[in-house]
Amino acid sequence: MCTVCGCGTSAIEGNKHEASGHGHGHDHHHHHGHHDRGHHHRHHGAHEHDQQPGHGSVDYGYAISGVHVPGMSQERIIQVERDILSKNDAYAAENRCYFGRRGIVALNFVSSPGSGKTSLLVRTINDLKNRLSISVIEGDQQTSNDAARIRETGAQAIQINTGKGCHLDAHMVGHAAEELAPEPGSVLFIENVGNLVCPAAFDLGEDHKVVVLSVTEGEDKPLKYPDIFAAADLMILNKADLLAHLDFNVGLCIANALRVNPRLQTLTLSARTGEGMEAFYAWLESSAPHRPARPKVA
Amino acid sequence: MHEMSLMESVIEIVCQTARQNGATRIKSVRLDVGALSHVDTDALLFCYEAARYGTIADAATLEINRIAGEGWCLDCGKTVALEERFGACPNCKRHRVQMTAGDELKIRDMEVI
Repeated sequence: MCTVCGCGTSAIEGNKHEASGHGHGHDHHHHHGHHDRGHHHRHHGAHEHDQQPGHGSVDYGYAISGVHVPGMSQERIIQVERDILSKNDAYAAENRCYFGRRGIVALNFVSSPGSGKTSLLVRTINDLKNRLSISVIEGDQQTSNDAARIRETGAQAIQINTGKGCHLDAHMVGHAAEELAPEPGSVLFIENVGNLVCPAAFDLGEDHKVVVLSVTEGEDKPLKYPDIFAAADLMILNKADLLAHLDFNVGLCIANALRVNPRLQTLTLSARTGEGMEAFYAWLESSAPHRPARPKVA
Repeated sequence: MHEMSLMESVIEIVCQTARQNGATRIKSVRLDVGALSHVDTDALLFCYEAARYGTIADAATLEINRIAGEGWCLDCGKTVALEERFGACPNCKRHRVQMTAGDELKIRDMEVI
């Protein structure tokens, strides 16, 4: 790896460094096409690399470490400097590109199990049938019950079973989206595995994360599970029809959520009775920034 | 347990990098993990044992470098220590603190043979 600009990841990721276009101004002394596959080195090894015949220069930037550390042989250290999530993030970027090209708005619904995500989606699809084209990717450990519930509405749905997995990742969603092939200009709901912890870390390439919290769960959930509320753009407080029977303090819950994420938008609604759903639909239609008919917004 | 997928990702990246660099074995791997990131180091270590099995990293040691949480307090106008994500400023006790460090989740480097 080149430790001056960090460009050596091109060899790791398999794409050519030249693509980055910054011309590589600093001097490496080695005369091969910078991390090219065909290695034809023509420099003299002051250190003993038997794979490097030739003469003419002494290069401490060449060896696999790309760096000279006193007292250490150059073969021994490889600077990796990569995010652990970089693989997932690369898939997510591909998904985002795919959705963007087709003008698809993708929303990633996250919540604990039983907060009413599927009911919310079923109601939304039924109510918006004539206004929007909606398809769904369902994530669960097992069964395709949720996809079946969605299909009853007439919408297209595909089920991902994660087996032992606790979250959807961008790779799974990419495959599912390919198979589902949502139509251009449509809305794609991704219902994540019911889990308030792990899905926070995995970007799926969505436009927005929507966290669903039901009023039977306790006002301090945003403080107990801050990562997911920090990652979300919208919080939906579901099951508002039950508020009369509970001691749930809506104001306190929203205050807790805003402490974790001051930019969070919040809506209180009931997917069962339909109260407050219009506000969600308005949000949904306003968050569709890239319909193919309209000019692209950066 | 998303630590398992994270560890599988670590092993995949280091093995691939090692092979691309012509190495045959990995001796050690160093990670930077922020104290405020969403992972548990004990769980990472536990999963590491399972994830490295049968790979060129199966004898590699794992070193996790914990990075302390830090944030910029808008009211005090300075960098303060942050004990928890979205926690209060230790000086003014207010919550207007923007996290600046402690969120890392990164493979720093590794030693190969």
